[in-house]
Amino acid sequence: MKVILDQDKCVASGQCVVAAADVFDQRDEDGIAVLLTSDPTPDQADDTRHAAAVCPALAIQIQE
Amino acid sequence: MSGRRDLAGRGGVTAPAGVLVVGASAAGLATVEALRRGGYPGAVTVLGAEPHLPYDRPPLSKQVLSGAWQPDRALLRPRDVLAALDAEFVLGDPAVGMDAPARSVRTASGRTLRADTIVVATGTSPRTLPGQAGLAGVHVLRTLDDALALRAGLLRCARLVVVGDGVLGAEVAATARTMGLDVTLAGPQRAPMASQLGRPVAHRLAELHTERGVRLRMGTGVRGLTGARGTVTGVSLDTGEVLPADLVVVAIGGDPVTGWLHDSGLPVDNGLVCDSRCRAADGIYAVGDVARWHHDQLGTLLRLENRTNATEQAVAVAADILGGDRPYTPVPYFWTDQFGTRIQVYGVLPADAEVTVVDGDPETGRFVARYRRDGEVTGVLGWNMPKQARMRRQEVADALAASDSASAAH
Ligand SMILES: Cc1cc2nc3c(=O)[nH]c(=O)nc-3n(C[C@H](O)[C@H](O)[C@H](O)COP(=O)(O)OP(=O)(O)OC[C@H]3O[C@@H](n4cnc5c(N)ncnc54)[C@H](O)[C@@H]3O)c2cc1C
Ligand code: SF4
Repeated sequence: MKVILDQDKCVASGQCVVAAADVFDQRDEDGIAVLLTSDPTPDQADDTRHAAAVCPALAIQIQE
Repeated sequence: MSGRRDLAGRGGVTAPAGVLVVGASAAGLATVEALRRGGYPGAVTVLGAEPHLPYDRPPLSKQVLSGAWQPDRALLRPRDVLAALDAEFVLGDPAVGMDAPARSVRTASGRTLRADTIVVATGTSPRTLPGQAGLAGVHVLRTLDDALALRAGLLRCARLVVVGDGVLGAEVAATARTMGLDVTLAGPQRAPMASQLGRPVAHRLAELHTERGVRLRMGTGVRGLTGARGTVTGVSLDTGEVLPADLVVVAIGGDPVTGWLHDSGLPVDNGLVCDSRCRAADGIYAVGDVARWHHDQLGTLLRLENRTNATEQAVAVAADILGGDRPYTPVPYFWTDQFGTRIQVYGVLPADAEVTVVDGDPETGRFVARYRRDGEVTGVLGWNMPKQARMRRQEVADALAASDSASAAH
């Protein structure tokens, strides 16, 4: 699985961090999401898919 | 997608679809995506009133209105991703009625669509002022077409009055002012968004608007519109005063789109009323802005008009269709962007709550506030501090869970 994050679309909602804290974080200054890894482990995969699903800006793409 | 688009022949009854989603926007599309992600193998049909492919609404009052984004950027998914969902999209054909026991939906063009499961995702539609319909220069903002028409107006006109002091009115005022218009915001509250943010923060928001040159006419109701030769000339207030305008935006809230369900026998009362699983009846669900469901932890019927609820509730509804059977108990969340300031709200912020700044400093333009009532946390607000606000979301979640177990113990 590969994760692609579009920071231009991100609205800093933090939903991805709530869903998958091992894969996503937010910048301290403006809350824009950052990837901790673009290559989640198999046991992070479900949470990562959930993060992409609940992102209100559709800023997260997943390539299986 | 185009190959499947016309499978539902006009006037005829099509082969039963497994799931029929009525409303092709954020909540409807997210339901379909969650069903497929969950492995749902059946047929899926999405019926939409608008001719457009599903698009997102938050950018409409921000980047699309200002011109920073081309309209295409607001599409929820590119065509190939939609096609991969293997769903039939029937667009530009609103539902006009439902036979709930038969699980069939009639459309304006005369189609009848049948399904085992129907998901109602028809959102809300804007309220209007009396006399608004026949008057040029008066706009609402809900759809992409609304946004493009309003943008054209903003580029042509100089003096805008926004009627309505909720989140949409405040956002439109900010975007239009940034575009250089002379803007007045009128509404009955003491400050914009006072009922959503509580008084101290709404007061801060009023200051922000005033600093940037928006004229606030707060604390007065709007009586109606004035016009000459079919074009708007102003907004008349309850005080008798008339605010001159060559463009008016009416942003006085929306009503759930349930008119098409009037003879369905389904419970409609400020939305389609549902149980804690977002079910209105056997095999019939509601999702997104139109859904008024029972939030078990809050112990009340709730209808949320915000973007994250549309997707989170869709995930919950899809899980229930797939046999999950769990109550939907989200932490409510919304954000708004005005003049480059990003406000985020977790939970609810009652007007009588005690408000404490727990991070940052309002003087520096960045802070997090915690809202408490009777000693219990009800919500958290971030002002230009997204990450720090999100880190306190758990306090709201814990308070919700505690109120749930307290009510269960009674
Ligand atoms: C301008 C604007 C800005 C916003 N900004 C924010 C924001 O910053 N943050 C935030 O949290 N939320 C924001 N929101 C709210 C958010 O966009 C909504 O909560 C979200 O769109 C709800 O999704 P929905 O799918 O339930 O309803 P909708 O998006 O309203 O979609 C309903 C769809 O159903 C269709 N429909 C209606 N009637 C029928 C019918 N009879 N048959 C078939 N189809 C029908 C409609 O055409 C529409 O496409 C904003 C909303 C607007 C309008
Ligand atoms: S969920 Fe989406 S919008 Fe929210 S912080 Fe993550 S990437 Fe950004």
